[in-house]
Amino acid sequence: MKALLRFAIFCAVLGVLVGLLVTRPDRSEVAFDAVTITDTQAGALVFAAGGCASCHAAPDATGDAKLTLSGGRSFPSDFGTFYAPNISTDSSAGIGDWTRQQFAQALTRGVSPEGKHYFPAFPYTAYAKMTAQDIADLFAYMQTLPADATPSLAHNVGFPFSIRRAVGGWKILFFLREYQVVGALTEAEERGRYLAEGLGHCTECHTPRNALGGLDRSRWLAGAPNPSGKGKIPNITPAALDWSETDIAAYLTTGFTPDYDSAGGEMVEVIENLAQLPEADRAALAAYLKRVTPVP
Amino acid sequence: MKKLFVLPLAASLAITAIAGSAIGDGHADKALQAAISARQAQMKLISFNTALLGDMAKGAVPYDSATASAAASNLAAVAKLDRSILWLEGSVQGTVDGTRAKPDIWTDAAGFDKAAQGLETAAAAMVSAAGTDLASLQASMKAIGDNCGTCHKAYRGPKN
Repeated sequence: MKALLRFAIFCAVLGVLVGLLVTRPDRSEVAFDAVTITDTQAGALVFAAGGCASCHAAPDATGDAKLTLSGGRSFPSDFGTFYAPNISTDSSAGIGDWTRQQFAQALTRGVSPEGKHYFPAFPYTAYAKMTAQDIADLFAYMQTLPADATPSLAHNVGFPFSIRRAVGGWKILFFLREYQVVGALTEAEERGRYLAEGLGHCTECHTPRNALGGLDRSRWLAGAPNPSGKGKIPNITPAALDWSETDIAAYLTTGFTPDYDSAGGEMVEVIENLAQLPEADRAALAAYLKRVTPVP
Repeated sequence: MKKLFVLPLAASLAITAIAGSAIGDGHADKALQAAISARQAQMKLISFNTALLGDMAKGAVPYDSATASAAASNLAAVAKLDRSILWLEGSVQGTVDGTRAKPDIWTDAAGFDKAAQGLETAAAAMVSAAGTDLASLQASMKAIGDNCGTCHKAYRGPKN
């Protein structure tokens, strides 16, 4: 009996140790060897494509105020409410004292400079596909933005989702670095894939999630309930979105559907961002969407 | 004896009141529905004229200055309709069927007015641009789109 108890304790301890080992944050370095120069103007485009301001600007900020990344916008979900943190250049409230390496690890590993997991409300699973050059340009650009001392709000997430270490387990299950759309792609389709599955993270809202909040890859971009509880985010696979590539690109520029209804909801901000990109990028997104598996 | 009178009187008054309010609601409903259809017709006209301009802007149809001018002046005229009788209080999503108007239209009336005036300004700019040449039309198109989006984001509820 005593032996059995000892064995049970041994198993429990081993389980905890293995658990701690596999859920530990990935703090491997992001290689910047190939980056020789950085360009803040290119960084401004990365910033627009990544939609950084749409989440990190103060709620309801418009115009130039959107460049003050003081945070505070709330994101309700099945797991609780997340608040976008201050990522302005303020060295205590924001990320002004971060190194480029820390910034890159946050974006692509979902790990903070203190070595903690970020909740995946921050779309690092998509940003993980960012090139080192884009990260470097973005970092250089964000250094030019204003500082703001507004403190970040604590997330309001209930137990057990509040255990940061558990995010390590979530990452094992759902943090896949592979592209979803594979096969022979044209240069434009590849660029569109980088924007849609990576930097622009279209997939984060347009793909439904399972009970644990992982993307349901069998219904890639096939639409999902709006996490705010109101309305639905549409299916944009070719089975539902039958617009021409020209019409899709025009929608991403002006917000007009082919019937001249206009975008609403969060998509208005997405279009504001995408409209700043070169026309070729919006055409690339349209080309990519035509290569997505149709899901009725 | 007194009680005997009071009771039926109270009951009949109550019945009258209920019936009266029901009839009143019927009238109000009809007025709200009429306002909703009228402003949806306004949106349809905005969309129709914007389509003529937008299709030229994106190169789907060749530029024609007469059509563009006509569409722009229609758009400017329709954008200017007096909102006070179209956006009746209570004609709101969740209360009345068939509308996606958000309560914010009335709780933030100044913001709604400013957003609507945004389209008036953009449409007025389009009137002078549309007939000039394709490049001017294209340059003015973005402001039209931005204003549609800004207003719909803040004041139009979700489709489903």
